[in-house]
Amino acid sequence: MANIVIDRIRKSFGAFQALKEVSLTINDGEFVSLLGPSGCGKTTLLRIIAGLETSTSGDVRIGDRSIIGLAPKDRGLAMVFQNYAVFPHMTVYENVAFGLRMQKADDTRVKAQVEKAAGLLHIEPYLDRYPNKLSGGQRQRVAVARALAVQPKVLLMDEPLSNLDALLRLEMRTELKTVLQSAGTTTIYVTHDQTEAMGLSDRIAVMHNGVVEQVGHPVEIYNHPATRFVGGFIGNPPMNFIKVPVSNGQVAAGEEQLAAPKDVGNEIVLGLRGEAVELAPLPQGLEMKVRVAEPMGSHLLLTGSIHDQPVRVILPASETVKSGDTIGLKLDSKRITWLSPESGKSFPALLA
Amino acid sequence: MSRETMSTIKASPASFASSRRWLLWSGIAALCAWVLVPIYLVALGALGGRQGVYIWPKTGLPTGISLEPFILFLKTEGVVQSFLNSFGAAGITVALSILLGAPAGYALARYDFRGKDSYRLLVLLTRAFPLAILALPLTVSFIRLGLYDTIIGVGLIHTVLALPFAALVTQGIFLGVPKELEEAAWVFGCTRVQAFFKVVAPLALPGIVATAVFAFVISWNEVFAASVLTVRNRTLTAYLLTVLSESPMHYRFAGGLVLILPSVVFIFAVRRYLFAIWGISSK
Repeated sequence: MANIVIDRIRKSFGAFQALKEVSLTINDGEFVSLLGPSGCGKTTLLRIIAGLETSTSGDVRIGDRSIIGLAPKDRGLAMVFQNYAVFPHMTVYENVAFGLRMQKADDTRVKAQVEKAAGLLHIEPYLDRYPNKLSGGQRQRVAVARALAVQPKVLLMDEPLSNLDALLRLEMRTELKTVLQSAGTTTIYVTHDQTEAMGLSDRIAVMHNGVVEQVGHPVEIYNHPATRFVGGFIGNPPMNFIKVPVSNGQVAAGEEQLAAPKDVGNEIVLGLRGEAVELAPLPQGLEMKVRVAEPMGSHLLLTGSIHDQPVRVILPASETVKSGDTIGLKLDSKRITWLSPESGKSFPALLA
Repeated sequence: MSRETMSTIKASPASFASSRRWLLWSGIAALCAWVLVPIYLVALGALGGRQGVYIWPKTGLPTGISLEPFILFLKTEGVVQSFLNSFGAAGITVALSILLGAPAGYALARYDFRGKDSYRLLVLLTRAFPLAILALPLTVSFIRLGLYDTIIGVGLIHTVLALPFAALVTQGIFLGVPKELEEAAWVFGCTRVQAFFKVVAPLALPGIVATAVFAFVISWNEVFAASVLTVRNRTLTAYLLTVLSESPMHYRFAGGLVLILPSVVFIFAVRRYLFAIWGISSK
C-alpha cells in the first residue's frame, strides 16, 4: 500500500556527490531510520523524498507510483522538521488543522482530527495559544500533531528531537514510539543519534559519505556490522578493531585458537564489542594492558591496549581491576566480527 | 581603614553602572534633541505669529501662539492642491516599489541564480547615478510620452529612487522568515503561491510596512525631480521651493512644518512595524 521504494537515487552539488546511487525499500507501516554522521546525505535523501530537493537521477515510488517530479503537496506525505517549523502567526489549533484546511476538509472533520491528534500528543490545553508561548518540547508536539492530523500514508521526520534537551528528548522518544505504533504510519526518521535510531526503529539504514553501508534490524546491525564504519559508529563504546596475525586459518587469543574465515591473508581485523568478553586467568586469556579503569556503577569501563592497539572493554561492576593492571580476557567467539584489513568490510558470520 | 577600602571596592562597580546609565540617557537625550529641536523651532516660527519670527533674542518659549499664519498658508492658492499632489506621487511610489520591489527581494532571498551578487550591486548602483544628468533627457522623453507635468510621471521617477531600497530591504525581511516554514506549508498542501500568501506574507508584513514608509518618505522629501518634471501640477516640495523664497518668514516656517508633519505622523503611526526591521520584534 504505502511501501516506499528508493531506486538508485543520486544527487550531486556541483562536483560533490551527496548521494551515490542509494537504493532502499521501506515496507508498509515500517519505521526506518536513516542514521549517519552529519554530511552523510541522510537529510538530503529525506528532502528528495519530500520533494523539497530534486535528485540528479533515480526514482522514488510510494505504493508503485513514482513521485519524482510531483510537487510536495501531491505526494501524500507529512513531515516533521528539525526546527519544528510551527507557523508563529497561527494558534496551535490552526497549526494542527493546517493540512486538513488545505485539503478543504469540512469543519467537523477538522475538529475531530485536530482533537484526536492533540489528544495523542497531550497538547489539548494549548490549542488556543500561539507557538511563541510554548516551550521547545511543546512546539515539537505541535509539529508532530500537525503531521499526524492529516493521517499521512508516509511520515518523514528530520532530526525531530535534536533541538530538545537531553531529558525531554528521552521522554519524547518514548512517547513518539507509543504514538507512532498506534498510528501505523510508514515512517522515515533521520537522525545522527544512534540511541534514538536503535530505540525507535524497525530497521536502520546506516549512511556514510552518500552510501547506505548497511540496512537491518538494530540488534543485527549492532552485533554484525557490515563494515568497519558501522561498527565504529554504532554502540557506546564503539566496536574495537584489533589487527591480528593469522596462521593456518586460525587466530590466537591467548591459548585459545579462533577459526578465521577462509581465504584470508596473513592478517585480519578482529571486531570486538566491548561487552563480549569475560575475565580469564593469564596465560589462557588474551592479554590486555589496562591504562585506565573507570567504575561506572552499572559496569566497569576499561581503557587500554591489546597487541598495542587501543581498546575499550566493559566488565561487570563486581570485578576489581585497577588502572595499570594486566589482565586476561576470554572472547565470546559467537560475537566476534571478522573484517578485511584492506576493504574494511566484514566476512559473513562464521558460526551463526 | 579596612572598612573604608571595602566600601570603595563595593562602590566602584555601582558607580560604573550608574555612569553607564548616565551615558545611556545622555545619549538618548542628545539624539532626541537632534531630531526634536529643529522641528520645535520650525513649529515655533510657524505658529509664533508675524512678529514672533523676528524676536531677538529668542526665548525658546512659545509666546503669542496663533494659528493665523498657518491657516493663511493653507489658504494660499495651490497649497492644498500641491499637498494632494505630493500624496498622490507618494502613493504611487509606495504601491509600485512594494509591488515590484518585494518580489525582487523575495527572489534574492530564496533563489540562487547566476549573477545574483552583481544584480544586487547593480540595484544599488542606480542610486549612484546622479539624477541631474538625467534631467534633460527625462524631460524630453516625458513630454513625448505625455507624462510631463503629471503626478504619475513624478511617481514613476520617485519609484526609481525608492525601488533599490525596497528590493534590498525586503530581501532582508524575507531572509528573516525561516525557509522551513515555507517548506512545511508546501508539504502540508500549499502551492508556492499559496505558501507565500498564507505563511510568508503575514510574517513579512511588518517589514513590508517599514519598506512602504521608506518609499513614502523618499517620495515626500524629493524635490529635484519633482521641480524639473512639473510646471503646474507641483508637489508640495517643488511648490514651496519656488514660492517660499519670495514669502515672509513666518510663511516659510508654516510651509516647512506642513512638509515635516506628514512624514512624522506616518512614521509614528507605523512605528510598531519599524522595530521589526531591526530584529526587535514587538511581538
